[in-house]
Amino acid sequence: MRRYPEPKESRFGITRQQSQKIGFSFIRLISLITVLPILGIIVYIIVKGGSHISWEFLTSMPSDGMRAGGILPAIVGTFYLMAGTALFSIPLGIAAGIYLSEYAQDSYWTRFIRVAIISLGGVPSVVYGLFGLGLFVLFCNFGISILSASLTLSIMTLPVIISTTEEALRSVPYRFRVVGVSLGGTQWQTITRVILPQALPGILTGIILGLERAVGETAPILFTGATFYLPHLPSSPLDATMALPYHIYVISTQVPGMSSGVQYGTVLVLMVFVLGMNLIASLIRSRARAKRQW
Amino acid sequence: MKRSEKIITNSVKIAGSSSILFILLIFVFLVREGLPALSEVSLKDLFSGRWYPIEDLFGLLPLISGSLVVTFTSILIALPLGIGTAIYIGEIAPKNVKEILKPTVEIMAGIPSVVLGFIGIQALSPFLREFFNLPTGLTALSGSILLAMIAIPSIVSIAEDALYAVPNSYRDASYALGATQWQTIWGVVLPAARNGLLTAVMLGIGRSLGETMAVMMVTGNAATTFSGLKSVIMPVRTMTATIASEMGEVASGSVHYHVLFFIGIILFIFSLIINISSSTVQGKSKQERGQVIS
Amino acid sequence: MTEPKIQIRDLYLRYSDGKEALKGVSLDIQPNLITVAFGPSGGGKSSLVKVLNRLIDLSDVDEMRGEVRMGDLNILGKDTDVVELRRRIGVVFSRPIPLPLTIFENVSFGLEVAGMRDKKKLSERVEQALREAVLWDEIYDRLDDPAASISGGQQQRLCLARVLALKPEVILLDEPTSALDPVSTAKIEEFLETAKKDYTILLVPHNQQQAARMADKAAFFLQGELVEYTDGESMFINPRDKRTQEYVQGRFG
Repeated sequence: MRRYPEPKESRFGITRQQSQKIGFSFIRLISLITVLPILGIIVYIIVKGGSHISWEFLTSMPSDGMRAGGILPAIVGTFYLMAGTALFSIPLGIAAGIYLSEYAQDSYWTRFIRVAIISLGGVPSVVYGLFGLGLFVLFCNFGISILSASLTLSIMTLPVIISTTEEALRSVPYRFRVVGVSLGGTQWQTITRVILPQALPGILTGIILGLERAVGETAPILFTGATFYLPHLPSSPLDATMALPYHIYVISTQVPGMSSGVQYGTVLVLMVFVLGMNLIASLIRSRARAKRQW
Repeated sequence: MKRSEKIITNSVKIAGSSSILFILLIFVFLVREGLPALSEVSLKDLFSGRWYPIEDLFGLLPLISGSLVVTFTSILIALPLGIGTAIYIGEIAPKNVKEILKPTVEIMAGIPSVVLGFIGIQALSPFLREFFNLPTGLTALSGSILLAMIAIPSIVSIAEDALYAVPNSYRDASYALGATQWQTIWGVVLPAARNGLLTAVMLGIGRSLGETMAVMMVTGNAATTFSGLKSVIMPVRTMTATIASEMGEVASGSVHYHVLFFIGIILFIFSLIINISSSTVQGKSKQERGQVIS
Repeated sequence: MTEPKIQIRDLYLRYSDGKEALKGVSLDIQPNLITVAFGPSGGGKSSLVKVLNRLIDLSDVDEMRGEVRMGDLNILGKDTDVVELRRRIGVVFSRPIPLPLTIFENVSFGLEVAGMRDKKKLSERVEQALREAVLWDEIYDRLDDPAASISGGQQQRLCLARVLALKPEVILLDEPTSALDPVSTAKIEEFLETAKKDYTILLVPHNQQQAARMADKAAFFLQGELVEYTDGESMFINPRDKRTQEYVQGRFG
C-alpha cells in the first residue's frame, strides 16, 4: 500500500489518519458480513447433508412418498436437462458470438442485436417459464417434457454464452486475423484455425457458467418439464422429468413429515453439481492464462 | 467470395440475429396469452386491492406492492454490502485476501435460489420469528434478505468493474494534493465511478424483482397490500411467486391463466426498462484494432 | 527492358477518416529486382503494400480508384479472387507476428488453407521454406514448439518462411527489420539479395541506409505522392527532384 506524508490538521477532533482507520475497519466489517453467511451456508449444508450421502442415496429411486430412498431420477433428470440445454444453446451461442465479434459492422442492426441480448439476459426466470409454456408446451405441442424445458433453458442460457464467446474472441489480438488472411486463409479459415482455439478456454468457461445457471434454475422448468414424482426414469425427450432444484422445492415445501437427511442430502448434491462446475470453469481459466502465448 | 464462405457468413449472421427473434417471441407469446385478461377483467378490477382468484377477484395491487416491498428492502440491504465489498476488493484489500474474496463472491452467484430458499425455511425464518417475536418467520424481510444475497454478487462485480475503470491518475492526483486513501476513495473514486455504480444498483433491482423461488419459499405468500413499515415483517406475496405457485393449477385458457400471463407482461416490461436503461448508462466500449502494418 | 511484374496507374486511396494516403501514384515494379519504397512516414508506402495484396480490404476505406495489374490480373477488380491473389503476393510485416501455433504449423498454415492435406508433401514444403529462409539449421529439432518460443530474429525469418512456402511471385516487406538486431537484420538482407533472382521484391526499408544498400530501383514517397522513381544508385547519389535531394541529404523526415 502507498504511504503519504501525514498532515496534522484534524476535523471533528480526529485526525485524517484516524478517520481512515475507522473507515477501513467499517469496510472490512461490511465485507465480512457479505461473505460469512455464504461460507456458513456451505459449511452447514456439507455438515448436515454429508452424512446422508451414500451410493444408495445417489442411485436408487425415492420411496415412501419421497420421504426415504434415493434421488436417482432427479439426478438423471438434471443431467438430461443439462445435456438438452447444451445441445441447443452451445452451437447457437458460439455462432452468435462469432458473428458479433468477427463479422458484425457497427450498424443499427448490430445495436439492435445487442439490445436484444441484454434484454434476454434480464428477463425474469419465471417469465421464461411462461414463455416456454406458451411456445413449446402448448403452441409447438411438445407437452410438459425434457424437450420443452431444455429449449426454454437454452434461450435463457444463450445471452451468457454469446457474451462470453464474443469477449473471448475479442481478446485474441487482431493482428492474428490479418496474418491469417495475408497467408491466403479465408476469414472463416482464420477464425476456425487460429482465433477460435485461442478463445476456447474463455468460451468453455462461459458455457460452463451458463449451464451452471441452467442446472440450478427451477422457475423456468416449473411448467415446462418438471414433474413432482416419476416412478421410472424418463425414456424419451417428450417425457416429463424430475430435477434436483425442483425436487428440493418439492421436498422442502410440499411434502409434510420430510426427513431432514433427505432434504440436506439433496441440497448437497445440487451444490456439488453447481460448485463443481464453478471450480472446473476457474481451473480452465487459470490454466489457459498460464499457457497463453500473447 | 467463395460460395461456401458465403453460406457460412450467412448462417453465422442468422445465428447472431437469433436473439432478436427470441426476445420478440417472448413478447409475442406473453401478449398472446396475457392480453385477453384485459377484455375479461376490467382495468378497474385489475388494479383493485384484492387478489382472490377463487372468487374471480384479480386485483394486482397487493402483488405489485409485495414485489416492491421485498425488492426495495432487499436493495437497502444489498447496496451497502455490495458496494462496500466492491470497495474493499477493488481499493483496500491486500492481494491474498482479494484472492479469497473474489471466488467466494463468485460462488455466491452460483448458489441456486432454491437452495437459498431452503436455507431460508430451515434457518433464517425460525431465527427471524424468534428475534422479532412474530407468529411466523415467513415474511417480506426473510425474502428480502435472501434476495440481497442473490443481488449482491452482481452488484459487487459491476461495482468492482466501475471502480477499476477509474484511471489511476485520478488517485495519484488526489494523493498528490495530500489526501488520504480514504478521502480519495470517497472524494474522487466513488464520484468518478458513479455511472457504473448506478448500473449496479439498477441491475440489482432487476434481479430482485425477477427472482422467484427463494421469495416464494420464504415470504408466506399472503396477498396483502403495503400498510406501513410493519409490512416488512409480515407475510407478502410477490408477482413472481404468484405466477410460479398458481400456474401449475389453472386451466389453460381460463381467466386466471390469462391474468397470470398478464403479470408476466408486467414483469417483462419492467425488466426491459431496467436492463436497457442501465446498459445505456453504462455506455459501451469499442474494440481496439491494433495497427499491424506500421 | 523486361515487362514489369506489377503496373500501378493513377492509384488514389482515401481512408474513412478522410486521410488521403495515395494521391494518384503510377509505378512499374520490375521482376527479379529489389524495389525500395522509401520516404518519411505517412507517405503512403504502407498503404501501397496493403493495396497490392488487398489487405486494404480489412481497413475502412472511403475511396479507392486507379488501376493495379499483375500480368492479366486486375488486382483491384471486384471479382478478383483475393485469396488466390494473397498466395501469389506474400507480405512480411514490420513486427514478427507468429501465429499462436507451433513452428511447423506457422509455415504449413498457408498450404493447409489452400487445401494441401498430404502430410509428407507438407513436411517437404515446410522444410524447403525454412531452408530458403535460412532458419532450418537453427530450429529443425523444435518444429513442434510454439512459434513464440524462438527469438525475435528467428520469428521474423519464420514469418518470411511461411510466405515462401506458398511459392509466391511477389514478396512485400514492410519495414521487416525494424524490430530486429543488426545480426538478424543482416540475415534478412542477405536473403533478399539472393532471393531476388526468383522473386519480385518490394521493400519498405526501415532507414535510409538500408534503402541505399538494398535498392535496385528506388521510389521516393512524400505525402501520398510518388516524387521520384529511378535506379537505386542515381536516387541516392544524384536525385533530380529537389524534395528528394533534401530528404536524402537529411534536411527533413
